[in-house]
Amino acid sequence: MGHRILVTGLDTFWGGKVAAALEKHPEVEMILGIGAGKPSVRLERTEYVRADESYSLLERVVSSTEVDTIVHTFLLVDSTRTGGRDLHEVNVIGTMNLLAAAGAPGSSVRHVVVRSSTVVYGAGPKDPAWFAEDTPRSRPPRTRLERSLTEAETYVRDFGDDNPDILVTVLRCANVLGTSVETPISRNLARGMFPTVAGYDPQVQFVGEDDVVRCFELVVRERVPGVFNVAADGCLPWSQVARIAGAWRLRLPPLFTREAAAPLVRLNLLDLPPELEDLLRFGRGVDTTSLKALGFSFDTTSAGTVELFARAVRLDQPAGEQVPWHTCDCDVESFFRCSPAVVRRQN
Amino acid sequence: MRRQLEALPAEIDPADVRKDDVDAWGRSEHLRDIVRKVGRFYYERWFRVEWEGLEKIPPTGGALLVANHGGAIPADAPMIMQGVETELGRPVYGLADHWFRTVPVLGTLWNRAGGIPAHPDNAHRLLHDDGQLVLAFPEGAKGPSKPSNERYQLRRFGRGGFVETAMRAGVPVVPIAVVGAEEAMPLLFKLPVLGKALGMPYVPVTLNHLLFGPVLGTLVYLPAKFRFRVLDPVVFDVEPALERYPLSRVVKEADAIRQRVQDELYDMLTERVSVWFG
Repeated sequence: MGHRILVTGLDTFWGGKVAAALEKHPEVEMILGIGAGKPSVRLERTEYVRADESYSLLERVVSSTEVDTIVHTFLLVDSTRTGGRDLHEVNVIGTMNLLAAAGAPGSSVRHVVVRSSTVVYGAGPKDPAWFAEDTPRSRPPRTRLERSLTEAETYVRDFGDDNPDILVTVLRCANVLGTSVETPISRNLARGMFPTVAGYDPQVQFVGEDDVVRCFELVVRERVPGVFNVAADGCLPWSQVARIAGAWRLRLPPLFTREAAAPLVRLNLLDLPPELEDLLRFGRGVDTTSLKALGFSFDTTSAGTVELFARAVRLDQPAGEQVPWHTCDCDVESFFRCSPAVVRRQN
Repeated sequence: MRRQLEALPAEIDPADVRKDDVDAWGRSEHLRDIVRKVGRFYYERWFRVEWEGLEKIPPTGGALLVANHGGAIPADAPMIMQGVETELGRPVYGLADHWFRTVPVLGTLWNRAGGIPAHPDNAHRLLHDDGQLVLAFPEGAKGPSKPSNERYQLRRFGRGGFVETAMRAGVPVVPIAVVGAEEAMPLLFKLPVLGKALGMPYVPVTLNHLLFGPVLGTLVYLPAKFRFRVLDPVVFDVEPALERYPLSRVVKEADAIRQRVQDELYDMLTERVSVWFG
């Protein structure tokens, strides 16, 4: 039997990209996306339903479409565009409801794939140079984003323990750069003003958006369980990122960094979420041995990712602004009534 | 005898577009080279370093060098790194307190010059995966922060973590006894309140401070004669890559290595005629 896939956050960058990649594979029998807005990428056969992340709705969608795979991409990792309350609602409560729906009695779900971030490792002076998937954080989560993602991952881990017959995959992505994804780092680079903390030049890692999407394809198609770090090979100093991208380095003072940056952040000339502030001091590297053991290889290195991004910015490619296009934009009730994705039993 | 430093086994990728030579550990051979040029004066003229048994340091593969640590701002670490790199042509990665990472400018320079935060995972990767020479001071900050009337009396060798790291990586431990570093900057007393306020492991007041003032006294070492004696490498007859090793074995081995270094130090001190001329 082919895959029947549910993708969350279809209207967000990752949901759209992953759905677009997965629908190309013939063994994917049905692919359905949920999201709060319209998808922003061109999708050929992905069904789309406008839905929020409330439990009753998710449970109905999951049970009526008999999906066997859930790809949960709708986790926020950009804390500059969302408040703390929203981070909690989306990351923690959204994940909780989704897992509750997936684990409901009689559920057809066999595999849950969750997109997380290496932000869950934090960044601190006592960190090892490379985090393996089982390396603990060196200090408790400090920011709202770190807390919400850590909590969401706790739900995922517990879900895996409670449902031994359901495969659970967590992909922890490093700083993503690419031609269309928008992150605080990419916005800073695109503006040409790159924040640094004077006197610090930590080692950082990047990963290209296409490599991340390929990684999703791999774990979904091969049904690979486990936690995986997703980061391109090599680390590079933060100052080199600015040099490769040709961005001007804004040197923030080591003390009162936040206060000094506040006016620029207010004027929207700078993105400096608290997670980035830690990263600017201590950096972070993750070990990708277990992902490579699956036979996965990255198309670009960390430095190459930055270079490709810089080239795209120089050519002034628009950031993912394709014409919104989707097969079916129906509200929830008409979806349940008429969509071919819903399995109807004659009795 | 000087040999050119071998190229690091860093993965060179054609797709890589790096603008300088900083490796994945943050080390820059270019900066190392500058540090060695400056260090050469101290190594040859100031401390007049002399080695015994340098040939006991393995020419290839990973090995954990452990030494006694002394002098308020210890000069033994950069001198051992300088010596091994110039005489053997092998890079040495120096493990040190993660406190360095928190200090602007100094922390970055320290890292570029081969300093690595002393995390067991870092040591394992360097020794096992990269097959490098790693220098560690098992006494930690307790070594250099002891008053100078207790010089050359070794502190506890941590909890024997260095032994466990070497066992796990399957590499030998090469002990080095260092004489001279203690007299280069003798610690008189510490300022614990200031240390706490600045978040530093300790703030020393040294003889150099009394002689040269607070700024120059922090930078200028007394010209003590340095002697490094490399002891026979300790190879552990255990299976590598285990999650845990018996505590009794680890503590016993760590204690034996500490005792050997201590005995050797007393031996070297008895032979020493003058602090300044050796």
